[in-house]
Amino acid sequence: MKRKHKESLTSLAILSPSIITLAVFVYGFISRSVQISMLDWDTFGSFMRKAKDYVGLKNYIGLLQESRFQTDLWNTLYFTLFFILGCLAIGILLSLILNNKPKGGYFFQNLYLFPMAISFVVTGTVWRWIFAPGRLPNDPRGINLLFEQLGLDALQWGWFTSTSSFMGFNVALVAVIIAAVWQYSGYTMAMWLAGLRGIDQQLIEAARIDGASKWQVFTKILFPIQKPITLSAIIVLAHVSLKAFALIYAMTGSGPNNVTDIPAVYMFEATFRSNRYSTGSAIAIVLLMMVGLLIIPYLVNSFKEE
Amino acid sequence: MDDKMTTREKVLRYAILIAFAVFFLIPMYVLLSTSLKSFSEVSINTMWQLPSSLSFEGFREAFVKLAPNVLNSFYLVIPATLLSAIMGSMNGYVLSHWKFKGSDTLFALILFGMFIPYQSVLFPLVQFMQTIGLYGSIPGLILVHVVYGLPITTLMFRNYYQDVPDALTEAAKVDGANIFSIYRHIFFPISIPSFVVVFIWQFTNIWNEFLFAVSLTDTQSQPITVALTNLAGSQVVEWNVQMSGAIITALPTLLVYIIFGRYFIKGMLAGSVKG
Repeated sequence: MKRKHKESLTSLAILSPSIITLAVFVYGFISRSVQISMLDWDTFGSFMRKAKDYVGLKNYIGLLQESRFQTDLWNTLYFTLFFILGCLAIGILLSLILNNKPKGGYFFQNLYLFPMAISFVVTGTVWRWIFAPGRLPNDPRGINLLFEQLGLDALQWGWFTSTSSFMGFNVALVAVIIAAVWQYSGYTMAMWLAGLRGIDQQLIEAARIDGASKWQVFTKILFPIQKPITLSAIIVLAHVSLKAFALIYAMTGSGPNNVTDIPAVYMFEATFRSNRYSTGSAIAIVLLMMVGLLIIPYLVNSFKEE
Repeated sequence: MDDKMTTREKVLRYAILIAFAVFFLIPMYVLLSTSLKSFSEVSINTMWQLPSSLSFEGFREAFVKLAPNVLNSFYLVIPATLLSAIMGSMNGYVLSHWKFKGSDTLFALILFGMFIPYQSVLFPLVQFMQTIGLYGSIPGLILVHVVYGLPITTLMFRNYYQDVPDALTEAAKVDGANIFSIYRHIFFPISIPSFVVVFIWQFTNIWNEFLFAVSLTDTQSQPITVALTNLAGSQVVEWNVQMSGAIITALPTLLVYIIFGRYFIKGMLAGSVKG
């Protein structure tokens, strides 16, 4: 009994540097952000005075009424949706083809995955140049120029400078979504491929002999088996999209009329560019709650299974 | 199924594979061809053409501007990777083989740190670093990356050690080994592959990281990712220099991917399988 007690103490001692730092850096700082979000530190003066007047949820209510923040929420919704759909569609398609082990498949697989090794900052820098629209119709640039040279003028448009929107979807986001899908569809492919390799081939062959079409094999056998993997991929991708700060910062910034703005960019600008510390903290806490809504049910579920 | 595949299907399959290969290579083409042009040739009208003659002007200029930042990144990434891996390994070891009352809850509390959007800690973090005098310094950024790296490294090692049978530790205990000697003589040696995976994962993530880097450093201590975004800040955007800078930024992690691809993929999959 005594020995057991001593063992626990040693275990705790080994863990203590991590416990203490994480207690401060995660739990302490989140609490502090919550606190600041309920103060009135939206000017440099009030921040310097360390004014202690709590304003409750005023900053949150103000945010929700602000058109920039409303745009940010729509942008997050559409960006996340199309980013995930794009990564899933391309990733699954490629994994199905590569799972048949075509000649040169290994080469293609490695090629599709390499963007995962690159920083969002690099991705943003390159795609910013590719999607720079130029002055249409006479002075096209980037991909618009390529379209002109290929005789596809009809495909030219303003990309991330476009201010059109459709049901709250700012079409300028298409450019950012393409860049993000470019970077992460290889990830879905790798996840699916890892799962497909574990499926018994006899199962599929038996279904084929029974007359199932390839599409039926996919929808009735492969997709149900791969559901947990797909769900994990969706969670990770949704998480990535909420963190897409670096990509947007390097590629477009918030854009005209905030067409490519997201809460993370707004938070950064509010906090570090315009001394609106409380508003910045409120945005950060809204982000945290959005991640929580997504992650907590998933975590509870996977711990239950374990 | 391959033998039953018709020629038409085969052609279609390769057409898809090649179309996506082109999609994935477009940015690489733009990067390489632009970075090797001279400034006078980097006109918008010729952006899709190969350089008429190879010029290393862009690379030379980017290198002069970015060399200190490349060094900063290495000073940051190497210690942060090593420290977070070693601490994660010890944590994972204790949490899988020396469980105590509440250790599973503790593990869940540690894990929580990998899911938070870092914006939610950012401003207090900046203030804290200023208070302890580490703001704007590489050691400060190392500390931040070690701490926020702990959840994922702990998870990866714990998952790895969980497959080691308890009988092994029990037997060693009977022989009089203690918690440290069992780690040193049994767990550390068998976890070399796991260390490789974690090293690569942390190296890539910390090298590529931007939010902490841009919020916590000054001009002296900027890592390469921040310096790259600042290259665009000058009045005339020299795209050949920009693209050269982007290549310099991407090269170390790309090399890691090319050399250790298998481990890279392992880390990527391990990083996503939670719990």
